[in-house]
Amino acid sequence: MTSASSAAATGARPVEANAGTARAARLTVRGIVLLYLALLLVLPVAMVFVRAFEGGVGPVLQALGRPAFQSAFWLTVQITVITVPICTVMGVITALAIARRRFPGRALLNALVDLPFALSPVVIGLSLFLVYGANSPIGGFLSDLGISVIFAVPGMILATIFVCLPFVIREVVPVLREIGTDQEEAASTLGAGPMRTFWRVTLPAIRWAVVYGVILTTARSLGEFGAVAIVSGKLSGKTISLTTHVQERYEAFDIAGAYTASIVLAGMALLVLLGMQVYQSGRLRRRGPDDGEPQGLLLEPAPATDAASGGRA
Amino acid sequence: MNARPQQRPGTIGSYDGRGLLGPGLAATYLGLIVLIPIAALLWQSFGDGLEAFIAAVTTPQALAALQLTFVTSTIVVLINVVMGTLVAWVLVRDDFPGKAIINSLIDLPFALPTIVTGLTLLALYGPRSPFGINIAYSPVSIIIALLFVTLPFMVRSVQPVLLELDRDMEEAAASLGASAPTVLRRIVLPNLLPAILTGSALAFARCMGEFGSVVLISGNIPLKTEVASVYIKGLVEGDRPSAAAAVSVLLLVVSLVLLTTFDVLRRRISRHSEAA
Repeated sequence: MTSASSAAATGARPVEANAGTARAARLTVRGIVLLYLALLLVLPVAMVFVRAFEGGVGPVLQALGRPAFQSAFWLTVQITVITVPICTVMGVITALAIARRRFPGRALLNALVDLPFALSPVVIGLSLFLVYGANSPIGGFLSDLGISVIFAVPGMILATIFVCLPFVIREVVPVLREIGTDQEEAASTLGAGPMRTFWRVTLPAIRWAVVYGVILTTARSLGEFGAVAIVSGKLSGKTISLTTHVQERYEAFDIAGAYTASIVLAGMALLVLLGMQVYQSGRLRRRGPDDGEPQGLLLEPAPATDAASGGRA
Repeated sequence: MNARPQQRPGTIGSYDGRGLLGPGLAATYLGLIVLIPIAALLWQSFGDGLEAFIAAVTTPQALAALQLTFVTSTIVVLINVVMGTLVAWVLVRDDFPGKAIINSLIDLPFALPTIVTGLTLLALYGPRSPFGINIAYSPVSIIIALLFVTLPFMVRSVQPVLLELDRDMEEAAASLGASAPTVLRRIVLPNLLPAILTGSALAFARCMGEFGSVVLISGNIPLKTEVASVYIKGLVEGDRPSAAAAVSVLLLVVSLVLLTTFDVLRRRISRHSEAA
């Protein structure tokens, strides 16, 4: 795949006699890893684009122009535009409560934040269905008022918020703990009120963590499928989001339609990935490359950092 | 899972220490979004009594789905322990042109919607595979889908620890005559173990509940390739919410027990290496 000599030159410093074996081992491991990633990651994703454009650009454009695709696309945008601000604002408030305050039930709150990670999206959808479905007291009450949640857009938004809830909180809490309260206390001593302290001191310090949480929340909102599929009821033109549209088209044997919607979603995912890269290089510049934080801080960064510090503490 | 509040004297009287507005809003938010739905799930699962709960989770189809989910998850975590660690190793210790791009690609499974993942794998390993490999509608397809979605968990857990690992220790051992396998076994792996356990726990939890990436490629054949989440969805659509809730609760309990076990193991190992 690449020039062997440069690898040997830049690699570890093997002890004299082992140099040859070490190099062979290194190249073997590299080969295995690249083959694994190619077969598991790169080729499949490339295949979606190949399949989508198999019949030329025509069918793709045709699929993009269909009302079913358009309504699914705009529903996904609508859900994301509502979910992300709620998860961000409530996420920061919750992170502040968990990291900065002492109150009864805080440990329970902290545990609840992680729960969506341990739950199947299908189970998340089911639990919302049980609360807001027409057969439950709350659902019945709401439907008497003329509000339908399940098999309607509000239910899909609730499901997406449930699934995305941990991202902002789990990014912000470790940063709040790391920066401590010295600056906030100083601001407070100098006469700044809580709101001013938050806007001028706390928020600037946590803004990158918030941005990263927002990126993760956006990605998940655009792509959530299991939880949304349970509560949507798949009413065509009304509650079919882009991911549900992919499944619905595939099951209707409209392969071009399914692959077209998929490449739109894959394109959005690549944009998100780009955002993550920009964020990470920004962070590296800010703190220097030796910063010991996980590079991909995606889910539950705390255990990873715990583990990272475990040997040194 | 990581509920370890850091006790710091002085934070009690922090700038917003008075008033319960913040905690109140946070509790309302988590209560409405998470706690009430989960309480409803528990309530519904035992709604028809304990016997109905046991009957719901012990039907042949439920048992087969739960067993398939558990077995495929275990295989995937074991493959991840080896391959995820190797990938992290290559990303940290090796150097070759294009490494930065591969490093970015590791996060792709997090960004890609799961239903697209399923379609993607079906395009390559389905009936029209360009390689002639058709694993669709078999348990192997479930394993491939789960390997795809969990790849970043192990890599991103191990990578930072490997990056931090002191090379002096390895060089000292090597200069004292330790062979490369000995250095790996006695120095590198023990240091990576807590991170490997963290990655395994995250991957396990994800596998147990995975739905989107599996649903298209597995074929969902009852008793053969139907995983727990697909089975639960079928029960919901078949208007059997109590049975669906019962299987969900069992699935959740298994996930939480696994996560706790991995966490306890990790803490014990971390403590050991600190003491040593």
